Amino acid sequence: MALERSDVEKIAHLARLHVDAEEAQEVAGRISSILALIDQMQSIDTRHVAPLAHPFDAVQRLRKDEVTEVDQREYLQRIAPATQDGLYLVPKVIE
Amino acid sequence: MTRRTVAELSRSLDRGEISSLELTQDYLARIRAHNALYNAYITVTEDLALAQAKAADARRARGEHGPLTGIPLAHKDIFCMQDVLTTCGSKMLANFVAPYNATVVERFNAAGAVTLGKTNMDEFAMGSSNETSFFGAVRNPWDPERVPGGSSGGSAAAVAADLCAMATGTDTGGSIRQPAAFCGITGFKPSYGRISRWGMIAFASSLDQAGPICKSAEDAALMMNVMAGPDSRDSTCVESPAPDYMTTLNDSLQGLRIGVPKQHLAKGLGAEVEAALQAALKVFESLGATVKEVDLPNNHLSVSAYYVIAPAEASANLSRFDGVRYGYRCASPANLEDMYKRTRSEGFGSEVKRRIMVGTYALSAGYYDAYYIKAQQIRRLIKQDFDKAFQDVDVIIGPTTPHTAFKVGEKNDDPVTMYLEDIYTIGVNLAGLPGISIPAGSAVAPNGRSLPIGIQLVGNNFAEARVLNIAHQFQQHTDWHLQQPEV
Repeated sequence: MALERSDVEKIAHLARLHVDAEEAQEVAGRISSILALIDQMQSIDTRHVAPLAHPFDAVQRLRKDEVTEVDQREYLQRIAPATQDGLYLVPKVIE
Repeated sequence: MTRRTVAELSRSLDRGEISSLELTQDYLARIRAHNALYNAYITVTEDLALAQAKAADARRARGEHGPLTGIPLAHKDIFCMQDVLTTCGSKMLANFVAPYNATVVERFNAAGAVTLGKTNMDEFAMGSSNETSFFGAVRNPWDPERVPGGSSGGSAAAVAADLCAMATGTDTGGSIRQPAAFCGITGFKPSYGRISRWGMIAFASSLDQAGPICKSAEDAALMMNVMAGPDSRDSTCVESPAPDYMTTLNDSLQGLRIGVPKQHLAKGLGAEVEAALQAALKVFESLGATVKEVDLPNNHLSVSAYYVIAPAEASANLSRFDGVRYGYRCASPANLEDMYKRTRSEGFGSEVKRRIMVGTYALSAGYYDAYYIKAQQIRRLIKQDFDKAFQDVDVIIGPTTPHTAFKVGEKNDDPVTMYLEDIYTIGVNLAGLPGISIPAGSAVAPNGRSLPIGIQLVGNNFAEARVLNIAHQFQQHTDWHLQQPEV
């Protein structure tokens, strides 16, 4: 399936990416060629095949619901772009 | 110059012929002399390496050492290393100093290995040529006009040029095996879940697997003895203990049943690679193995299914890079959405953005069944093909790549051309199986340079020990793995 520029803009928004108007056409072309590769999958009938999400069909193992980690907030926030009083700072969301 | 394997260096350290400090200083000098050309390292941890080397010598003097104590190592820059820059080849993490160690890093530290630095890689491991790195392309030590392969291209080039004794890599669709083939070295992707993924920056979580990049199957076994085994911090890491991979290396290949996929010998395989494969099969036959054709009828769909599953998982995994908690943040954002969008657009390179968008599209309303579920159904068919083949054979052997290393810039016009490079390796990830690439021949480039050829050995689920045994026996009877480029 070939993508239009408007499709690219919509997908980019869903992925929280900014695509310039000039770029959008080129991106649409490149993604369309990837989709053409992917569409080769449609050549075979898989109606009776169960999807495989994990190579060994394993299910997620759960540990006991116990607190095992220590609080490292200050240490982990040292690498954050902006923090204040133990909180991460982002641009104002609520006026 | 002959190759220095980890096994030989370990014996030299045992006999006191060289100290770890001397060895480390030698490798650091080689990095200083040659890294500008190959661009194999993003970060060199000289002070740490010297301190670890001294500690390793002290540990050896006390007799508290293992085979890897004092051996100089490089980590792919996808493994978090505490207090060390961990970039994943991206501008997004160009300032990221990891606050903790990956399990793999911790285990090599505990074994007393010496960390020389962090190696270059395709951005977020998305690439087959190492050209997508924010830190520039890596050059192949056999011919610097050519790529080393990817995504673990820095690790492969560093091992090939002897800028480290051994290196770690990760493999989502061929990222250990393909660069190992292009660089004439040994690269092993174990079964999914055999090695902990804790602290390994995630690309596609149902496919990603760490493994050794080194000079021989014996070295890979030595590394696996450190890397493999359960980890309570990774719930996808298998709970069964790992065996000692050294003890079975010398098992006989008498009666070994080898399967060669007929699909791997079809159109697209270069004549020189096919000749090297056929010659290798003759070696195995001389060691008592039998060779028969096997059928992997859905292999041609592996690249298509992979380019849905891997980008879909990547689009979810990479959503964490939002400029809030760590990594890059754009300058003066107007509002929260502007911050997310500009941070991600400025922080990610074009291949990463493309894959995020493909994954987002495949998972979006109305397309989920047609793309994501369909790809998972094909994944099961591919897995079933391998299961069926392994009813008749013990190991599947074929080419690792269709041809030898290509030139820098040669395959950048269309992403699909690059994706098809991984046609022989991707199915192994989809099925979760162990696969090793070992050198098995060489071809001559137009400029007269010798270019290595790799073959791939694939085992059944968790048959790591058998795969390493078969590769080791081949290397006991051939010397392709000992050939070294002129650096």
